[in-house]
Amino acid sequence: MSRVGSVISGARERLGWRKESAEAKEERFYRAGQWQLVWWRFRRHKLAQAAAVVLAIFYIIAAFAEFLSPHDPLYRYKQFAACPPTGIYMRDLSGRFRAPFVYQVVRTRDPETMRPIYKANAEVTAPIKLFVHGSRYRLWGLFDCDLHLFGTEDPETAPLFLLGTDSVGRDVLSRIFFGGRISLTVGLIGVAVSFVLGLILGGISGYFGGAIDEVIQRIIDVLISLPTIPLWMSLAAALPQNWPQLRIYFATTIILSILGWTGLARVVRGKLLSMREEDFVLAARLDGESEWRIITAYMLPGFASYIIVSLTGSLPGMILGETALSFLGIGLRPPTISWGVMLQDAQDIMAVAQLPWVLSPVAFVITAVLMFNFLGDGLRDAADPYAM
Amino acid sequence: MASYIVKRIIRMIPQVFLISILAFIIIQLPPGDYLTEHLNRLRQSGRQQDEVEIRRWVQMYGLDRPMYEQYLKWITNIVFRLDFGYTFQWNKSVREVIASRMGYTLAIALFSAVFTWVVALPIGIFVAVKQYSIADYFFTLLGFIGLAVPGFLLAMVVMYVSYTQFGVKVGGLFSVEYQLQPWSWAKFVDLLGHIWIPIVILGINGTAGLIRTMRATMLDELRKQYVLVARAKGLSELKVLLRYPVRIAINPFISTIGWLLPWFFSGGTVVEIVLNLPTAGPALWRALMGQDMYLAGSYILISGTLVAIGSLISDILLAVVDPRVRFGSLEGQ
Repeated sequence: MSRVGSVISGARERLGWRKESAEAKEERFYRAGQWQLVWWRFRRHKLAQAAAVVLAIFYIIAAFAEFLSPHDPLYRYKQFAACPPTGIYMRDLSGRFRAPFVYQVVRTRDPETMRPIYKANAEVTAPIKLFVHGSRYRLWGLFDCDLHLFGTEDPETAPLFLLGTDSVGRDVLSRIFFGGRISLTVGLIGVAVSFVLGLILGGISGYFGGAIDEVIQRIIDVLISLPTIPLWMSLAAALPQNWPQLRIYFATTIILSILGWTGLARVVRGKLLSMREEDFVLAARLDGESEWRIITAYMLPGFASYIIVSLTGSLPGMILGETALSFLGIGLRPPTISWGVMLQDAQDIMAVAQLPWVLSPVAFVITAVLMFNFLGDGLRDAADPYAM
Repeated sequence: MASYIVKRIIRMIPQVFLISILAFIIIQLPPGDYLTEHLNRLRQSGRQQDEVEIRRWVQMYGLDRPMYEQYLKWITNIVFRLDFGYTFQWNKSVREVIASRMGYTLAIALFSAVFTWVVALPIGIFVAVKQYSIADYFFTLLGFIGLAVPGFLLAMVVMYVSYTQFGVKVGGLFSVEYQLQPWSWAKFVDLLGHIWIPIVILGINGTAGLIRTMRATMLDELRKQYVLVARAKGLSELKVLLRYPVRIAINPFISTIGWLLPWFFSGGTVVEIVLNLPTAGPALWRALMGQDMYLAGSYILISGTLVAIGSLISDILLAVVDPRVRFGSLEGQ
């Protein structure tokens, strides 16, 4: 009895319960459902929560890229090619404080190298405004609109390029926002495909066992042992060049998930095998439940959390995979915008030395991957709330 | 022990067989026939190919035969004559191209593995012993970043920094003046001056992962009673550590030999391309860009087989170190 008591109090400590009356605490612990316990545990993982918030922001940016980005990501400001990030000022020439503004930008050329040099013209200022009218777009293909969250009134003379422009004068920040739409969803769709494949094949393997199990396990052995990126590269390079953007995008996600399902299939199989022996499954069977119901209603909820963990864990790899493939020019191709496609501009180190701000997608890729890792870590800890 | 090794080798055979089928599928994937493609390209550039020569190629690879015969032809050529086919891009046999490059790839992978172990082993033990110290948090953070930042992005940043800050162009394995020279002491020294960059870049990811594994296993082992017993016997703390928990915690290191190889092939490919190394990865890339599929398929086959051998070696080593593996069923792992 005392051992059970200490285990429970240990679990409570881990779950971070505040001081309540002893009975109320025990009452809550016993009455809480599995997901409630998972949630309590997740709440203790501060880093994972912070990561979830950052990722939510990323996905919101991707969803509302048209509205949030100050420029059209494909529009080329010919007069501002390779323009460094615009400086934002709060104090004008006379030393007065004002709302944030930018100066008009004037282009000159370096007499020797003929490279453009951009100078601020302190005579003309343009305030940064919220909800400015700019380039027209159709939000989600539904609403005609020209409103942007922030920007300047006249981007042709006094533009706001927070992360500069690329070598042909496209705004890097706007492209990052739109690129996120592709780069962050490639993983999601890839994970969805992996999920279906992993669940079905892992389920078959674990449920039927025997020869089928053996075959599926050997196939997984082979797929796991293959070097991922070279395989992805070979498959992606085989995609016909003349396919439309959307089809290339979906084909890429499928390529990324070709290896992704193996991990999940292993998890599903292992859990099915171990749970078959559990008492509650035996009870259900004695109760006359059908096999299908035993799997879906009794066993699946028992390892759903592991599935979520396994899926979160495979997301960063897919995001990096898309980035690497597109960077090498064998994944997505322009005019599609993704973080990897943007990094194609950074292949030549001499060019990067001239306009280092084209490396800024790197920061976004790394942040996204790091946040998914933190989130996955938190979920892994929370997935098994009964573990002591 | 012998029966374990035999069983393990027998299990490897279907694995390599499946890899070869996959590699063959990759060769067949691009639409159209690569030979026709190649001849078109030659014709466009105004060069006429000898009809006899073409017929020789068609016959050699059985291109006029059904698919399974092509596969059999391809695989028998490889198994019995080590003939992986011909690359039109390089105008050489695939074997020559890969042989001249795979050596560097393996050398870099090997040294990266050594770097990984040398760095991760002591740090892993240290942070486990000093759990929740500043060093522990520091390396945990570093480990997270090391895991998240892929090698090729790191390589790009390293190249950028060294070019803008020190004016040094990182890349390649040799300075220009040594590139075509025969091997000499000076060339070797030059190689050493270049090769550490890919080794460190590739090693960092693995190091981050291994420190975490090492720390976790060490923490598990340190709580066990035999450690307490060892301490009670009056052994010095260092002896307690090295004689028992480290010996068990080192198992993941041995099993990593198996997955380090696919790992280096995988992450390494893009890093090698970015750093422009004369290794196998960039050759694969060029082959894919030019639809030179025999080279690409052979690369997948060879690296897949090397990986299978790698995991065989690590399984055997593991069985040597840990008797429980030997006596457990093969399914156990």
